[in-house]
Amino acid sequence: MDMEEIKRLIELMNENELLEVELVEEGKKIRLKKKFEGAAKVIPMQAAMPVAPVAAAPAVEAAAPSTEGLLEIKSPMVGTFYSAANPESPPYCEEGDAVSADTSVCIVEAMKVFNEIKAEVEGTIASILVKSGDTVEYGQIMFLVKPN
Amino acid sequence: MFSKILIANRGEIALRVIRACREMGIKSVCVYSDVDKHGPWLEVADETYCIGPGPSAKSYLDISRIMATAEVADVDAIHPGYGFLAENAHFAEVCQSSGIAFIGPSPECIKLLGNKASARALAIKAGVPLLPGTKDLVETEAEAIEIASDIGYPVIVKAASGGGGRGMRVAHNEIALVNGYLQARAEAALAFGDDSVYIEKFLERPRHVEIQIMADSHGSIVYCGERDCSLQRKHQKLVEEAPSPIMTPKLRAKMGKAAVKLCKDAGYVTAGTVEFLLDKNGNFFFMEVNTRIQVEHCVSELVTRTDLIQAQIMAAAGEKLPFTQEDVEVRGHAIEVRINAEDPDADFRPSPGMITDLFIPGGPGIRWDSHVKAGYAVPPNYDSMVAKLLVFAPTRMEAIIRMRRALGELKIGGIKTTIPLHQKIMCDANFIKGDVDTGYIENVLLAK
Repeated sequence: MDMEEIKRLIELMNENELLEVELVEEGKKIRLKKKFEGAAKVIPMQAAMPVAPVAAAPAVEAAAPSTEGLLEIKSPMVGTFYSAANPESPPYCEEGDAVSADTSVCIVEAMKVFNEIKAEVEGTIASILVKSGDTVEYGQIMFLVKPN
Repeated sequence: MFSKILIANRGEIALRVIRACREMGIKSVCVYSDVDKHGPWLEVADETYCIGPGPSAKSYLDISRIMATAEVADVDAIHPGYGFLAENAHFAEVCQSSGIAFIGPSPECIKLLGNKASARALAIKAGVPLLPGTKDLVETEAEAIEIASDIGYPVIVKAASGGGGRGMRVAHNEIALVNGYLQARAEAALAFGDDSVYIEKFLERPRHVEIQIMADSHGSIVYCGERDCSLQRKHQKLVEEAPSPIMTPKLRAKMGKAAVKLCKDAGYVTAGTVEFLLDKNGNFFFMEVNTRIQVEHCVSELVTRTDLIQAQIMAAAGEKLPFTQEDVEVRGHAIEVRINAEDPDADFRPSPGMITDLFIPGGPGIRWDSHVKAGYAVPPNYDSMVAKLLVFAPTRMEAIIRMRRALGELKIGGIKTTIPLHQKIMCDANFIKGDVDTGYIENVLLAK
């Protein structure tokens, strides 16, 4: 990495009002960090502030439809949610469909193993909280079911 | 260097690894069980994934759940911590075949050193002093009797796949030996699925002194001083200190070099600990190798000014160790006490529950390694350790005084803890003299 490249990086930072840039290539790594103008000297602290945990999928507790009186179908494992057996097939179930305990409702895939998940409850699908390709955790609510 | 590490553990060691990751600019991913969902350490991880219910078999010990998370989180390495899967060779193999680095030694090393009999054989070849004992497994009662009379009583029968003090029986005579031999085999079969045993001389009142090892894959193996862990109860360490009160520079060099030779012969990489027993005359005898980072690693960090977790991660990433043997100088004195959620007045019955308030000691020479905070409920599902309190001072006596001061400040409300026991130890005349052995806590201090 030569001075010209570094100068170009600084230009890019200014043009795009970036405060920090990190470039990794072929065993070389450069990080450029701007000091705040007019402020007291800032001691660069990398990743200093505790960050709220990044949920694997949209947080289930936040702004979800009211779950009062509804049954939950939760994921029994960490993996990737798929609504259908494969991209060409129709989804296992949709909103409004009736399900019983043995109805397969989705696939959760982990380590290349496709696990068919059973409803284990009886009723009608009220809402589907995840979409194909989403990562799900153990205990994460995937479907809300209105009991009969 | 890794860009993302999955921590297959919980509590204080998960927090410890997160801290190292933060300083190294590595993203941390934590897996947790349902009952750990309010774990304070999760708040500082970069990503967290709930992987299963409370029981460890379906969460922290479940390899498929951990690997599934490693895949969705796209990590390049896994840190197993201590306990759980840390010394599980199969887990290390699964990581390897998934193209994910296992932050620990190779599966072959884990198998070789994890089996007491093969570790002993390796030690013999490496010229490391051992207690008189069998090279091979003892197959029959008659063999056991012959061997014991050769070695000379007292002897101890030990499970080859054992640990944690189980599958062991001490015998002072032939009758006790025969009973002990049969009981040890039965217990070993139940606890470890392997009833093989071997026999060695039993040392009365030894000291437990272990050597911290750090090795990279470029041929460098460094010993980072020793830790004296003689104060134990039911084979669980209560207090650890460095340097050992009976250590001399000459003995340290001898033990350190023996530990390094053994690890070199085993092809060891990353962190490990070689345990020895010392008799009253300063003779040391190889016990076993712990192929993981240990709870008490912080004690060594304080007296050698190293960061062992960072060094371990660097070594696992194929980098050279950040220090050489010449850099590692033992200075000052450090003591660690393990604070457990147990009731010392009720035979150390576990005391899980809500921590209602917490005041943490501070000031000069204090280190607090803990995952708890006020409002945190200690779950009953896992081990009872809630904190490690460490002190560092220029001399041993100053460290003891400092620990007394720190224990006096420390308040953990809502649960019973072993704080009173540690205060007792810090005021104990024999502990202060440095005159204790592995039986001291149970036979003397608690018997008073």
